[in-house]
Amino acid sequence: MNASSLIGKDPGWIILLKGILVFAVCVVFTILSVWGERRIVARMQMRLGPNRVGPFGIIQGLADGVKLALKEDIIPEAADKIVFTLAPVISATTCFLSFAVIPLTGKVSFFHHQTIMQLTDLPVGVLYILAVASVGVYGIVLAGWSSGSTYPLLGGLRSSAQVISYEVAMGLSLVAVFILSGSMSTGDIVDSQNHGWFIIKLLPSFAIYAISMVGETNRAPFDLAEAEGELVGGFHTEYSSLKFALFFLAEYVNLIGVSALATTLFLGGYHALPGLGFTENWLGGWFTLIWFFAKLFTFFFVFVWLRGTLPRLRYDQFMQFGWKILIPVNLIWILVVSTIRTLQIENTSKIYYIALLVTLVLVTFIVVTFRDKLKQKKQKAFDEMEFEPVDFPLPQLTFQSEKDLNRVGGQLDE
Amino acid sequence: MSNDPMISQKVELEKAVTEQKKLTETGPASLPKQLQGFWITFKTMFKKVNTVQYPEVKEPTAERFHGRHQLNRYADGLEKCVGCELCAWACPADAIFVQGADNTDAQRYSPGERYGKVYQINYLRCIFCGLCIEACPTRALTMTNEYELADSTREKLIFEKEDLLAPLRNGMLPPPHPMYPGADHHSYYRGEVTSTHPDQEVGDKLAN
Repeated sequence: MNASSLIGKDPGWIILLKGILVFAVCVVFTILSVWGERRIVARMQMRLGPNRVGPFGIIQGLADGVKLALKEDIIPEAADKIVFTLAPVISATTCFLSFAVIPLTGKVSFFHHQTIMQLTDLPVGVLYILAVASVGVYGIVLAGWSSGSTYPLLGGLRSSAQVISYEVAMGLSLVAVFILSGSMSTGDIVDSQNHGWFIIKLLPSFAIYAISMVGETNRAPFDLAEAEGELVGGFHTEYSSLKFALFFLAEYVNLIGVSALATTLFLGGYHALPGLGFTENWLGGWFTLIWFFAKLFTFFFVFVWLRGTLPRLRYDQFMQFGWKILIPVNLIWILVVSTIRTLQIENTSKIYYIALLVTLVLVTFIVVTFRDKLKQKKQKAFDEMEFEPVDFPLPQLTFQSEKDLNRVGGQLDE
Repeated sequence: MSNDPMISQKVELEKAVTEQKKLTETGPASLPKQLQGFWITFKTMFKKVNTVQYPEVKEPTAERFHGRHQLNRYADGLEKCVGCELCAWACPADAIFVQGADNTDAQRYSPGERYGKVYQINYLRCIFCGLCIEACPTRALTMTNEYELADSTREKLIFEKEDLLAPLRNGMLPPPHPMYPGADHHSYYRGEVTSTHPDQEVGDKLAN
């Protein structure tokens, strides 16, 4: 029995319970991840991080949340009040939705009911995630626009441009997964990784996905939208109290969401590490949940590691990287993957594979030489450049007396 | 020809460009260098942290740290402050208020003519520059290493004379009491008084 038909047999109360669980897991994980991130980053900077509230400061996130909720809720005079209120709600609701199609476990017994810890399995599950993520951008852009202030507007525009640009790269990197697994349903994609995870088979796709998911979630080093030193707080500058807390929540749930998707699509989802397959039956199948979260935590750690290591990119560099490197490389890679896939399905002779290899080498060779030629040409043009002597339009100096004049060694202008 | 500003300008510009290129080397070739950064942050996670758990753990300050002020005493307990107000005049933040008064034979607080009757330091204004210490002619005012000077009201942060006076130690007698027999304020100042004398102990009779 495959995953979707198993989930399809769930009675209503189990679906409801799963929905609540998805929500609860996301919120709890947010609270813990705020704390975890601060602790890990602190260690990377030889500090301790929050260690006061609860054991090891573990409920620091909760304390911060309570503090935020109790603060005064300010709506600026110039703000569009309805949109201003709606924006954080859009952000905070859409971020949870993507979790609905992520399979957290294999077959388990949930209240004496055989099922999979996955709310639903759509035939176009991954597309649904991308769609939901796109709706989340509305929260950001509307928040920036409705604040009636310059910094949020700029931050909102940056943010939405960034998320949209990197969504293209993200979507393209998933195409290779679809081609190889022959499905867009998350459950089927996990199943198709039984014989080798896609991180190995589709390493370039994974690399591009990993980079673009950092851009997608507005996280360091791609946190240009919230660049504290440049834009105050970005799109949420004017937000306070619970509305700000909702954006905060959305950011972290998004982070978990993209990590969960990466786990599902490239790291074999809830499956155990290769060679440890026997653990999947432990605890009546619930052990797969541990595998899933172990992978999720790894991603989370990498997110924090990136933040602790890399400086923020400049906006134009960031956009160039997305449009001029990630997307073209992705397109070529998809071409290669689809060719190989077609050859596999057609079951053709080895000659074609060799032809593909030769073509690739040839294309690479041509591209590299062409690029070098272009570089040399540019260098040559630079070498031959004639520099004008400095001739800035400086204001004319007027000298009051002979003394002034002698000091600079000039002539008195009449 | 080498002095041509155009040429030297161009040479400098080229130099700057190559330097820039070295610094911002990009592309796959620079990947190992970029990964070094990741190793540094990862390694640092296992290093000893620098954080001091402050309220529970207190590390000693530097020896000459500028902390709360102290009004010192001579060895027999008489105050060193002569109420000259030089500290108050030296203070750039106007944090010190001094009011001097005359010593009498019945009520003697310091050797010599005058003593500081009122002595206040406002720690909301004090910037701990230490100019008052430099100004003090009798070394009456010095600074301690005490730095925990936070409080909940403005009034509590105006320290009175009794908050600032050094504690009585080694059998020091609380003023007012007479000077060491046979000593005058010059001998006090030269440090010739090193202990108390039984004659200095005054009963209720003299104090009143």
